[in-house]
Amino acid sequence: MSGVTVFGLCAAAAVGLGFYGLITNPQPLRKIIAFNLLGSGVFLLFGVVGRRGAVAGTGNDPVPQALVITGVVVAFSATALAIALLLRLFQTTGSTKLSNRTSPGDGSDPAGG
Amino acid sequence: MLPPAPALDATTTPSGFLLVLSIVVPVMGVLLAFVLGNRYVRSVACAVIPLGLAIAVTILVALSQSKSPLVYLLGAWPPPLGVALRADGLSAAMLAATAVVICAVAVYADADFSVTATEIRAPFTFWILLLAVWGALNTILVGGDLFTLYVALELLTFAAVPLVSLDGRPETLRAAIRYLLFALVGSVLYLLGTAILYGLYGTLDIVLLSHWIGAEPTSLVAAALMTTGLLAKTALFPLHLWLPPAHAGAPAAASAILSGLVVKGSFFVIVRLWFQVMPGLPGFGATQLLGALGAAAIVFGSVLALRQERLKLLIAYSTLAQIGYLFLMFPLAFDASGYLESGDALAGGLLQAVSHATAKAAMFMAAGSIYAGLGHDRITGLHGVARVLPLSVLAFAFAGIALMGVQPSGASLAKDLLLQAATKTGQWWWAVVLQTGGMLTTAYVVLVLAHALASSDKSIALTGPAPRLRDMAALVLALCSLLLGFVPWEPLLSVPYDSTSSFFGPGALAKLLLPVLGGVMLAILLSPWPDPLVSSARWKVATRVLDPFRRTCCAFGGLVQRGNGVLCQWPAASISLLMLALLFGALMLVAA
Repeated sequence: MSGVTVFGLCAAAAVGLGFYGLITNPQPLRKIIAFNLLGSGVFLLFGVVGRRGAVAGTGNDPVPQALVITGVVVAFSATALAIALLLRLFQTTGSTKLSNRTSPGDGSDPAGG
Repeated sequence: MLPPAPALDATTTPSGFLLVLSIVVPVMGVLLAFVLGNRYVRSVACAVIPLGLAIAVTILVALSQSKSPLVYLLGAWPPPLGVALRADGLSAAMLAATAVVICAVAVYADADFSVTATEIRAPFTFWILLLAVWGALNTILVGGDLFTLYVALELLTFAAVPLVSLDGRPETLRAAIRYLLFALVGSVLYLLGTAILYGLYGTLDIVLLSHWIGAEPTSLVAAALMTTGLLAKTALFPLHLWLPPAHAGAPAAASAILSGLVVKGSFFVIVRLWFQVMPGLPGFGATQLLGALGAAAIVFGSVLALRQERLKLLIAYSTLAQIGYLFLMFPLAFDASGYLESGDALAGGLLQAVSHATAKAAMFMAAGSIYAGLGHDRITGLHGVARVLPLSVLAFAFAGIALMGVQPSGASLAKDLLLQAATKTGQWWWAVVLQTGGMLTTAYVVLVLAHALASSDKSIALTGPAPRLRDMAALVLALCSLLLGFVPWEPLLSVPYDSTSSFFGPGALAKLLLPVLGGVMLAILLSPWPDPLVSSARWKVATRVLDPFRRTCCAFGGLVQRGNGVLCQWPAASISLLMLALLFGALMLVAA
């Protein structure tokens, strides 16, 4: 088993674990962390893709690295935004529960606007 | 070894710099507003928005003169190494629609979000986010590279999420977090697909990929992942858990942007992906699945809209239904040779997107005026509002009529094109869905209008001032949507026949009466609230006849609502996301 395959399998495992976490964890903070794990898996896959380009003899492909750097910045901003919203929710309500007691369809929200 | 790059659009076209301007100008506005601070934010927006509108119009003119797509190569590096910006007819039409909606919303929001001594933060944030949404949308519309589209989609999400929670109430914060998290799942799926495609072909440029892509299992998996991710961001049924609370909870101007424009961003990427990157790949099954999801969205969204107590939630669920309408073009564009053809169906779908963008924004703006005037937006409490807020109700009515597909609105032209495609490809079942969708749309519009036009025995006290300018903005936007049928679409989209010739005559009358009568019927049957249409004494007999039907229909509506409650749970939605990815992958593999 070559190094590239190992990294590829790791990427798949990270993506799978991240997805599992996103689906099953009810707490938003854990969801955010799971999203980061999922993102790391995808970035690792980009690394593998760049490395495979090198194996095929086209030199070490730099484009996936550029893509990963951009992706990391995007994921970082997403995390920051999510945490900021979560903090604000905690400050206003004292809890971070996302489960709306009423289902979103029945519209019992008295102060919309 | 990959084939050599085709020599397509390897150079920048003369007016290609306009594409850069369309992105740079709103972004410059955001940066300037940050530097100058909240005292000047409104002046910056006032300067940038007309400029952006002018750029969009110039692109439209340049494109209809040159007859070929505008191209700009960033740094003069041709793809696959460089990044290209391209604008074809689809992008130009959407660019213009975006600019018009942004302008109208800016005029509308001027009253709500003027920076005063007491309230600084919300107006400042709103104007910056408005420009940011515009910049991100323009990038999506002209981006010629799948990774550029990813970054632009993320920018759009980051600009749209804070718009939801602008007023900082806990419900809107929750809605914003749900929206952000679900959109992030979608974008990660899209990025995963992009990584796989890059690994296979070594490029993400749309034109190059369309030449090189083949029906290999890996590329089909990538396509399925990307499609599902984008569907989550577009909130197509059953991935809509975030949409109603987010769109209904935001301030009216923000809802107009979110419902009218933001969901169109990811929809546009799906169109690019299916029609331009891989028109030969999806196959019959996948297009039918996409259409079926659209049909389910129409039924679910419309039935739920009819059961809402509040006007803004009704409009939010109507958005859900209209998003479904947009996806009906995919099966209809699929022709006998196994390709997605960029013909009538694509033109119809895009027209539908443009007319929904304008009409829905106008509708949210009118609803916002009504809310501001009455202090509530309970539909059953709207009686007599037409007398005190005539302009708002008129704007709502025009927007509703445009959405229903009454001639000469854009929606009616779109419906004609889609029906034509349905006849041509022999898929009559989509014609049934199209007609039913029109009736359901009419149903909820008629329901609201019936309550708003009903006379009230007690006088209504307005809680707030009703600035005329605000209502005029909504009215103009609704009229835009209503008159889209008169626009010469020919240089941009392939609208094959002279659309103005069929406005009068018995055929047009039948086309008008069928959805209206069907819609009134559905409104009476499906709405659980006491209906002003049937509650008067004259209709006693009719009521007695209708009652059993009505009870059955209400039971059906209740069932739909309970189903929606289940689907809007986070685990159910994310599992259906995975199931959809699997289904799309399997269907594409079978077709390959």
